[in-house]
Amino acid sequence: MSALAEPNRLQIVELLRRKPLAVGEIVERLGLHQPQVSKHLRVLSEAGLVEVRPVGQLRIYRIRAQALKELDTWLDPYRRTWDERFDQLDDVLRDLKEKDKGKRNGRRK
Amino acid sequence: MAAASEYKTKVTLPSDREILITREFDAPRDVVFKAMIDPALISRWWGPRGHTTRVDKMEVRPGGAWRYISGTSAADETAFRGEYREIKAPERIVQTFEWEPMAGHISVDTATLIERDGRTLLTVRSLFASKEDRDGMVQSGMEKGLAETHDRFAELLAELRAETRSGAR
Repeated sequence: MSALAEPNRLQIVELLRRKPLAVGEIVERLGLHQPQVSKHLRVLSEAGLVEVRPVGQLRIYRIRAQALKELDTWLDPYRRTWDERFDQLDDVLRDLKEKDKGKRNGRRK
Repeated sequence: MAAASEYKTKVTLPSDREILITREFDAPRDVVFKAMIDPALISRWWGPRGHTTRVDKMEVRPGGAWRYISGTSAADETAFRGEYREIKAPERIVQTFEWEPMAGHISVDTATLIERDGRTLLTVRSLFASKEDRDGMVQSGMEKGLAETHDRFAELLAELRAETRSGAR
């Protein structure tokens, strides 16, 4: 994951998560210079995060499935924090609904 | 302790400066909204499991301040604060979020509630000032997760030690 420590490289990975792109498209979207982007892509591909496939004249970069798993691993603890919070909210909502039901039953009597 | 829910929280990164969190709840949205603006209810669900969360301030109106204090004991208490920007019952709350030890790193959180068939889809969109701030927030979750892992590891070691001792007897 240390290949992702550089902000531009993480940004490239996030772009490629959405769809495979040619180098030129990455250059355009990030507003970086081509040599910079090529260097980042080289680091990313050496780290096994992206792979390249020639399509005609273009070299199309895309994320390796394993790398996606790693990005999810990065997000997972944050996701779990919210999941835990929302599980507790679920309990509160259940209580509120019970009370509401009780009130309505009470009125019927 | 909260029961495991059939619903799962989804987290995505729609842009460099955002985190998008979504979760469905089996309750109408006026009930979910109430749980989000009532201080007595917030303290029951907002903090991490095992923490006590106190509401120090909760002025639910545009421009109003909020501040929660959370911890397992006085020694590790930490405070979160922010300001309400918009309150539109029962569909939208916009508020800022700041963790006091990292003051100045502020996100704007927009909670949107959509009701469908008596259930509510809650979306929280956190917008940060920079990509670094956003990544720092994701990372803080990782540190907490790591700390929990270490805690579990310590518990496991204690259990193993106890087992070894009783086995030796």
